[in-house]
Amino acid sequence: MPAVVVVVLLGVAGGVWGSGVALGFAGGAVVAAALLWRFVDRRFRSWGYAEREDDLLVRRGVMFARLSVVPYGRMQFIDVTAGPLERAFGLATVRLHTAAAATDARIPGLEREEAARLRDRLAELGEAQAAGL
Amino acid sequence: MSASAPEGWQRLHPLSPVVRGGRATIAIFVLLIPIAVGADTLRNATPQIVVIGVLALGGFVSWLVTRWRIEGDDLRIETGLLRRQSLRFPLAQVQAIDVVRPGLARVFRVAELRLRMAGASGATARLAYLAEHEVEPLRDQLLALARGARLDEVASAPGEEEGADRAKEHILATVATGPLVAAIVLENLWVVAVLAGLLVGFTVSPRTVAGLLGGGGFVWALSMVTVVWRRFNQQYRLTVAEGPEGLHLRGGLVALTAEVIRPGRVQAVRLVEPVLWRPLGWCRLEVDVAGRQRRKGEGEAQRGQLRTLLPVGKRALAVELVDRLVPDRPRELSRPPRRVLWKSPFRYPALSWGRTETCVVTTSGRLRRVTCWVALEKVQSLRRVQGPVQRRLRLASVHVDTAGRAVHTTLRDRDSAEAAAALAELTDLARAARRKPALA
Repeated sequence: MPAVVVVVLLGVAGGVWGSGVALGFAGGAVVAAALLWRFVDRRFRSWGYAEREDDLLVRRGVMFARLSVVPYGRMQFIDVTAGPLERAFGLATVRLHTAAAATDARIPGLEREEAARLRDRLAELGEAQAAGL
Repeated sequence: MSASAPEGWQRLHPLSPVVRGGRATIAIFVLLIPIAVGADTLRNATPQIVVIGVLALGGFVSWLVTRWRIEGDDLRIETGLLRRQSLRFPLAQVQAIDVVRPGLARVFRVAELRLRMAGASGATARLAYLAEHEVEPLRDQLLALARGARLDEVASAPGEEEGADRAKEHILATVATGPLVAAIVLENLWVVAVLAGLLVGFTVSPRTVAGLLGGGGFVWALSMVTVVWRRFNQQYRLTVAEGPEGLHLRGGLVALTAEVIRPGRVQAVRLVEPVLWRPLGWCRLEVDVAGRQRRKGEGEAQRGQLRTLLPVGKRALAVELVDRLVPDRPRELSRPPRRVLWKSPFRYPALSWGRTETCVVTTSGRLRRVTCWVALEKVQSLRRVQGPVQRRLRLASVHVDTAGRAVHTTLRDRDSAEAAAALAELTDLARAARRKPALA
């Protein structure tokens, strides 16, 4: 993103001085930014989760659209992780684990309070409905 | 010894370190031969003797500091001299109990008891080694405890004969040696062909073959021989029987194994038909038991991820076994839409799925056909996945995740609407199956 901004500024400066090349760069950058924005936006909007009575639905992905159903009773543990970038924006990722290694339920980009609330809520529900292997 | 004093701490068999040494022990005996036959004087052999002495002392100490006992519902093992470890294994979580006897252990008449545990860590409790005659009663005792019997009840009936126990079980299938060899050769045809080619080539022109083997081929050949041999060794005369404690598996050529899989611990059942077996109507039946990847030091023979119930057999026999494992098996399978041919032309002929109120079955595979059954009460999570090609063709797959390690059950390439409906339906059925009071 900062690179795009720099190129756009360069283009504006070039436009003021009348340099065609710089203007071309700026135009390209604007188009690229728009595409990138669309891509990020679609990806962002693909993320979702729903707490249902007995299970959690997690949706993710644009190219590969995934929808996971994880029953509360099958949850073994819940991870809340926050990388450096996520921390900078006050975000966190919640990940659910069951006894199956293939379970791939990840909710990225949650506000930190929401992540904590979700973790506690899921732990509580998991305990209430726990089922054996 | 074990039955008389279940309260106190017990040690392993004194020969355990010798057997555990495995190949190293054999090497030591080889080292000792020159001295024994008098070809070498003691003075010349001092370094060897010192090394052997140190190893023997190490083995003795490790034996001395290891002890185990049954405490209520737990098995406790304490081990380690410098870094003391106290391990506690809750018997209620036992998935399966194996008795393993490698070649050397059979020579010394000892056996190893292995308790496969559930849980995320999936650890295995090992008692290596115990005297042969102690192992079976102890296994029965542990199984009874795992079932929920109390310790004093179990201990009060130590006189139960092994024969009586054997009589109670009902043998379902035994593998004959001829078909087993044929099956292994057919399944690994190209490997066996290359190995045979090397062998023939060696008699014709040893130097060419030696050149081939020198360039890394030797490692490959050795690993392939090991793989083929291990399968043969494990599956030789494998017998499946149904006993009061669950499924009993016994077999092996050099290393004997006997294991018990408790009922209700089977996560998934898989039937495999390799391409060259199909004309003969043969198939292999495997079950998946819970637990994560093995840790190192758990014995190479146990790497095989699935428990094979029937290494090779007629389909009818395998299906009969499936009926015992999965009582309410779906009979009617539904085929995917024809447009799947655009996406997976080779897989299309094998694809199908079906369900009943309690069980899902899927079939797949390109050359080898794979059929998987999963009881719905074992389902951990469900996933619907749609890739870019699938979206264009209005298809989607539904994955059924279980706690097993190797069986992947997938309703592959269904119509999107059907996949969505199946996901909702299976979610509800799985919930109902989970709520139902567990059998046994």
